[in-house]
Amino acid sequence: MRRLERILLPMATFAVLLMVWQLVASSGLYADYLFPSPHQVINGVLELSLGYTLWSDLGTSLFRFLSGFLTAALIAIPLGLVLGWYNRVWTALDPLVQVLRPISPIAWLPFIGLWFGIGDLPAIVIIFLAAFYPILLSTISAVHNVDPVYLKVAQNFGSSKRDILIKVVIPAAFPHITMGLHVAIGSAWVFLVAGEMMGVRSGLGYLIVDSRNYLRTDLVLVGIVFIGIMGLLIDRVVGAAERYVKKQWGIVN
Amino acid sequence: MSTIKIRVHRVEKNYTNGNGTAQTALIGINLDIMEGEFLCLVGPSGCGKTTLINLIAGFEQPSRGEITIDGQVVKDTNPKFITIFQEYSLFPWRTVQENVEYGLEAKGIPTKEREAIAQKYIQLVGLEKFANCHPPKLSGGMKQRVAIARAMAVDPDVLFMDEPFAALDPITRMKMQEEVVSLWQEKKRTFIFVTHNIDEAISLADRIVIMTPPPGRISTILTVSLKRPRGRTGRDFGLIRDRIYQEFGLKSGTPQAPDVNV
Repeated sequence: MRRLERILLPMATFAVLLMVWQLVASSGLYADYLFPSPHQVINGVLELSLGYTLWSDLGTSLFRFLSGFLTAALIAIPLGLVLGWYNRVWTALDPLVQVLRPISPIAWLPFIGLWFGIGDLPAIVIIFLAAFYPILLSTISAVHNVDPVYLKVAQNFGSSKRDILIKVVIPAAFPHITMGLHVAIGSAWVFLVAGEMMGVRSGLGYLIVDSRNYLRTDLVLVGIVFIGIMGLLIDRVVGAAERYVKKQWGIVN
Repeated sequence: MSTIKIRVHRVEKNYTNGNGTAQTALIGINLDIMEGEFLCLVGPSGCGKTTLINLIAGFEQPSRGEITIDGQVVKDTNPKFITIFQEYSLFPWRTVQENVEYGLEAKGIPTKEREAIAQKYIQLVGLEKFANCHPPKLSGGMKQRVAIARAMAVDPDVLFMDEPFAALDPITRMKMQEEVVSLWQEKKRTFIFVTHNIDEAISLADRIVIMTPPPGRISTILTVSLKRPRGRTGRDFGLIRDRIYQEFGLKSGTPQAPDVNV
């Protein structure tokens, strides 16, 4: 019964939301362009699908997002492991990292535009910046949170420091790192729109900006809805992977 | 004719706690541990028995005094002296077989030999059927058995056990006690076992070191000469139990038991 509940209850929420939305939209309280109805949004999807632009925009956005995110992960994870393990290096770099961290990737936009011009690259860079710090910091935290008993055992058996890092610390930190990736992917996705708002001519973010320019608010909503749906799907997929890892490692939540 | 394996000489251990105040965990510890004996450290929580075992095993250094094993001063941990901890310490990402092989890997033993040695010790603790399982699937007792197999696989001179059975239910605990004793009898190594369970100490030990609440001191050392295999009931067992209760100021069933070295 529980499994059914878990699917039906959210669906019920969505159904209610859609109904209220449609009711408000058809009530005539607001003009069409101020408050598009679900019906208009669906029509917009059909319109864009027929022109093939919706799915290619979706694909382009995903490509940019995954490029930025995976690059960030491939750099931040090894870096985080090293910084987490070699304390002196971290002590030296920590203040620098903490100074840069609170700066929103959006604040870097002017520089990104200047340095990387137009096209895919600026969007990828924004995603990279948005994902890099969360992944780095959670990897460092993962290393610091490795159960000390594992380290004692490894030390007792005479493992070298390097062996302890590779054979014990990295596997032990893995679940926590996965958690960090889950959180980072969610927050980085939010920046996709920002990354695609300047210097590009494709993607969901561009769809939103371009549609706004033509006052096609219904298409704006199409973009928004799909950003939301993709974000949800990505979260669910990564969340499932995280749960699997935790189960294998015997971590009970 | 037994030799002295470990000598603890005038050892003291101080800590500065969170508030910056100094605390003495151990003071004036003098202890000679003989080769091949089964020694138990018994005392209430906070009496310093874990601290003492950490010092002897080399995880920490004494503030004063000296500890030698085989005449060498203990400066660091050593694969010849393996500790089994109270917390479950198996690596969950490795199977039972891979866990037991860990110490052998660290020693640089080649693959085929490693596998064979590990299998031997897994069999010794009766877990052949679980060799390819991961630790999260095992019960507490099984996990500790694997920990023991992993420790024994590198054939250590000394085995330290810090309340390894504290988290187990009483029946599993008693079965594990019997297994540890037969391991010890087979291998004839020096076993040092920390517990706060008095009956456990009497079942296992050749000698029992009784420690007092902080600052930790050795209050008495009792020799237990009950013949093995030992029952847990019986008059002689009870006499020793009474004696230990006396040490801890606990009232026992029988009137003041005489000073026993049974």
